[in-house]
Amino acid sequence: MSRTPLPYNPKILELFRNPKNLGKMEDATVTAVAGNPLCGDMIVFYLKINSKDVIKNASFESYGCAANIATSSIVTEMIKGMKLEDAWKISWKSVVEAVGGLPSVKFHCGILAVGALKRAIRTYYKNQGVSPDWLMKEPTFEERQAVEEEELAKILSKRMKAEEEK
Amino acid sequence: MAEDIRELLKAHEGLKRQVYLDIENSSMVPEEVVDAMLPYFNQRAYGNPTLTHKPGWEAFETIMRSSQKIATFLGCKTLEEVNFTPGETEANNLALIGTALSMKDKGKKIVISEIEPLSILHVVDLLQKQGFTVVKVSVDSEGFINLEKLRETVDKETILVSLSTVNHEIGTIEPVKEALEIVKDKNSKAVFHTDASDAYGKIPFDARNLDVDLATVSSYKILGPRGIGALYVKEGVNIERILEGQIGTQKLWPGVENTPLIVGFAKASELEFHNFEKNANNTRRLRDKLIDGIIGKTSDTRLNGPEGNKRAPDNANISFLRCEGEALTIELSLNGVYVSSGSACTRRLLQPSHVLVAIGRKFVEAHGSILMKVTRYDTEEDIDYVLEVIPKAVKRIRGIVGSMEVE
Repeated sequence: MSRTPLPYNPKILELFRNPKNLGKMEDATVTAVAGNPLCGDMIVFYLKINSKDVIKNASFESYGCAANIATSSIVTEMIKGMKLEDAWKISWKSVVEAVGGLPSVKFHCGILAVGALKRAIRTYYKNQGVSPDWLMKEPTFEERQAVEEEELAKILSKRMKAEEEK
Repeated sequence: MAEDIRELLKAHEGLKRQVYLDIENSSMVPEEVVDAMLPYFNQRAYGNPTLTHKPGWEAFETIMRSSQKIATFLGCKTLEEVNFTPGETEANNLALIGTALSMKDKGKKIVISEIEPLSILHVVDLLQKQGFTVVKVSVDSEGFINLEKLRETVDKETILVSLSTVNHEIGTIEPVKEALEIVKDKNSKAVFHTDASDAYGKIPFDARNLDVDLATVSSYKILGPRGIGALYVKEGVNIERILEGQIGTQKLWPGVENTPLIVGFAKASELEFHNFEKNANNTRRLRDKLIDGIIGKTSDTRLNGPEGNKRAPDNANISFLRCEGEALTIELSLNGVYVSSGSACTRRLLQPSHVLVAIGRKFVEAHGSILMKVTRYDTEEDIDYVLEVIPKAVKRIRGIVGSMEVE
């Protein structure tokens, strides 16, 4: 294994310097968090959804690296005005493409952003008490990855507590 | 990728000032050192120092002269005690593996502190896989080694103990003299190594007077060129080579000596030791200005490592809560302040610095940590500029975290 600098491209740099749709949304229809600060990677999405299941507005907050900030920001841009059914189809690869590519060590940032988005969509329908046909029952790859990261954080946290007590 | 980096560099155009504080990871080489080195690339002493011609004899004479300078600063008894290597990493590998090879029939136990640099930690991992037993002695919340634990740990089976004189990340000046006495008291045959890369030229360090067996020193940490360092080996201590090939003037490192780098290392040493007290006091004052200025101006910060004279004069290591380190280093870079963060991104996990975890810092404290080292070339204005940039950068990154709970 070797280490290289992270050659963030101009699009990521721009989204890092001037993130679009940054900040808490007070009147959000649904909010979803993914990741854990222990892993250095956590985001929250705020979505405003209308009665026709269209995302009218989206915003985010992020604790993470430049790639985390850029991918979260681009997801909020991509989904504004989208029907939830279409937003559901967004894959982490299309997010990586939308930011102009990511170093492979940072793929997980794109995965986490999509994981948070899917979590938000699921939560919305759960709150509505409906379950559209296209919404698959089993968790998607991105959702599973988000859960895996959160589980990892729990293990780390437990291990640290055990160390402290020792 | 190269195109992306060019764009990143372009984003730095028009900076009103640039301050480089990442001496831990590499350094700029001052003009005086470069000037001292230049003639040795192509004007003289470019021969192999073991060969019988003029450029060879010149090289031999140059290496001996440089060696003598470093030997004086280290307090060596003989020139033979200075062994050049390509750097701190190589000197530490040589010290540990070389001792393990020469002592393997006398015992299997190796003792280090929890907060040694990776060129110690990773090497003992490797030795452990080869059948040696490794014990890592704990440190307190300021990074000082637990001497009682050390006393309990060292036994007749112990062949090697390694403890840095100054911790590379948090600047803790370790009680090496006391540790050495304890080790020799428990087992006079155990070899004692200290990585003195962050001590040499910065705090008083005399290998002979201290009476350690092995000591590592590094060129770039005192603003010499990269690619050169040395291992002090006390007269009478035998360690094995870890590389084989044509042996030249350096009995422990084969291959052709790099004369210009050796000259640069000696020159950098001279500059560092010239006005030693004055330099150290000046560096310490700027460091305190940096630490006090950051902690005074920015909320939710923590100093990592001890305060005042228990800390190396150049080191500042500060954690910013609710602020991820990589994002912060990029923001600072875009404003002309170059530092490194204590956490490194692996596949999914931001790996916190083992030093910060060992002193009891939480992961989120380690993730938001920044390491800075001041040099004698930094000015009041440089530090004022850093103190102007850091609070703004932290504020912006914390603004992205917004209302999230980061604990």
